[in-house]
Amino acid sequence: MAQLSNCPVLEARRLVKRYGQVTALDGADFLLFSGEILAVIGDNGAGKSTLIKALSGAIIPDAGEILLDGKPIHFHSPLDARRQGIETVYQDLAVAPAMSIAENLFLGREAKRTGLLGWIGALDKKRMLAEATRHMQMLKIGIRSMKQAVETLSGGQRQGVAVARSAAFARHVVIMDEPTAALGVKESNMVLDLIRRVRERGLPVILISHNMPHVFEIADRIHIARLGKRACVVNPKHISMSDTVAVMTGAKRPEELPPQALA
Amino acid sequence: MIPDVATAPPARGRLLERLPPVATLGPLVALFLACAFFASQSDRFLSGSNFSLILQQVMVVGVVAIGQTLVILTAGIDLSCGMLMALGSIVMTKLAVDYEMSPLLAILCGLMASTAFGFLNGALITRVKLPAFIVTLGTLNIAFAITQIYSKSQTVSGLPEALEFFGRTFSIGETAVTYGTVLMIVMYLITWFILRDTAPGRHIYALGNNAEATRLMGIDTRRMLLCIYTIAGLLYGVAGLLLVARTGVGDPQAGQTDNLDSITAVVLGGTSLFGGRGSILGTLLGALIVGVFRNGLTLMGVASVYQILITGILVILAVTTDQLSRRKG
Repeated sequence: MAQLSNCPVLEARRLVKRYGQVTALDGADFLLFSGEILAVIGDNGAGKSTLIKALSGAIIPDAGEILLDGKPIHFHSPLDARRQGIETVYQDLAVAPAMSIAENLFLGREAKRTGLLGWIGALDKKRMLAEATRHMQMLKIGIRSMKQAVETLSGGQRQGVAVARSAAFARHVVIMDEPTAALGVKESNMVLDLIRRVRERGLPVILISHNMPHVFEIADRIHIARLGKRACVVNPKHISMSDTVAVMTGAKRPEELPPQALA
Repeated sequence: MIPDVATAPPARGRLLERLPPVATLGPLVALFLACAFFASQSDRFLSGSNFSLILQQVMVVGVVAIGQTLVILTAGIDLSCGMLMALGSIVMTKLAVDYEMSPLLAILCGLMASTAFGFLNGALITRVKLPAFIVTLGTLNIAFAITQIYSKSQTVSGLPEALEFFGRTFSIGETAVTYGTVLMIVMYLITWFILRDTAPGRHIYALGNNAEATRLMGIDTRRMLLCIYTIAGLLYGVAGLLLVARTGVGDPQAGQTDNLDSITAVVLGGTSLFGGRGSILGTLLGALIVGVFRNGLTLMGVASVYQILITGILVILAVTTDQLSRRKG
């Protein structure tokens, strides 16, 4: 299922970001291949979230470069990144609870009607409903009506809406920040399935997670952030969870790992 | 496996979707009950001329309440509305009467005065990031003081005819309808369309629901809020014009109860004070409920102090209903 073609989609070279005296990113590298799920893990303060913010346009790095499909790019806002086809699913579920699923999917990207009604700004609600249904079905999210308010959904289903929105509009990359953090076991499994389906659709996924079992269950490769750098990238099939955590916390150096563990 | 979770069997779900939401049904029922009650208390209540009177009384606060609805939908509040209305009406009447400016130009200046204050509200809220409650409490007093200073607290009378246009009536059957009422209803319909069927309208709801999510989806929420407070200011100016047309004078003491009255209308109409939920047609119903109560109680001979008392109780009841229904959900 996972085709690890060696085609870099998103790459970062020697990113630096300082906040006053604190160096959050100290020459961090990053590489994402097409069609993979890349987990990014790291202790608090390892520079993991700063790295993700740089990749999603939420911050501007002080130095270093970001390449999308091999071309250097500069994001000035999350909107810039989104225009380039990089969609982010935020941890606190950026949805409007009282609004319908369809409205949430198309928030900020509403489809207008054609003709005179479109000229005065009328929205094409039918088309948006149909499209929303199609996107949710593609990810096999079983919700009957797209007119349902998001607040009537369970936590997992809401996460499904957020994932579907990103998958629907992403052309290059989907970034997911702790997508299972607030969910129960059953709902987490549902979201993990969703992430696999996003990969099946050909979109690479960057998954930020603290949950090691989830990371090991789903990731093709694991990027370990440490002290503002990339410590190493490991292959979850050839490394134990405890070794991974040891590298993450600094108890073990990457050089001490067996060669096949590195990816 | 993805659990296929459906909240209701399809047939019932479909039916529920087609019915108007409870939020708009409630005020409608309340309005009918209030009408039925007052009809049983007073023979004059159900007459065409009385309805015409209610509509005239409602048109001013009705237009103020449009602005208030937009603001409350974004989870804000505008306490300055009545004073911005009074300021606008004093500016247009003073300019037209004392300075003999052409009526149209005077009206335009009056509207601009209210709009400028609306812009000030929006700028302080979005740029300086002050709470809407405090900002509009401040501009309420500033606008009130300016109105008093500018008018020397004196009523402006002897208005040119053009300023009273919206107070003029035409007849539908035996009921006299003012042009102002028609303007109010047209404004409600336009706002209804914008809120329901256009992207900016949906963004107002999204902003009230989850401002951060709306911003993350690439919508410039600060600019939106600035626009909404500015448009609200313009609407208060229009309400000022209607007030002038209805009363035939520029009254510096006007507008003192309009902030609470408009908030009452919005809340009675089922719009949540916490933002993101509600409808503009609900506000129209809410304004009509307030108008019917005022009118009916007057016909019954209830003193105006008691009317204020009842309005106060009404608004608290409405907010309580909103709170309770949200807690259940």
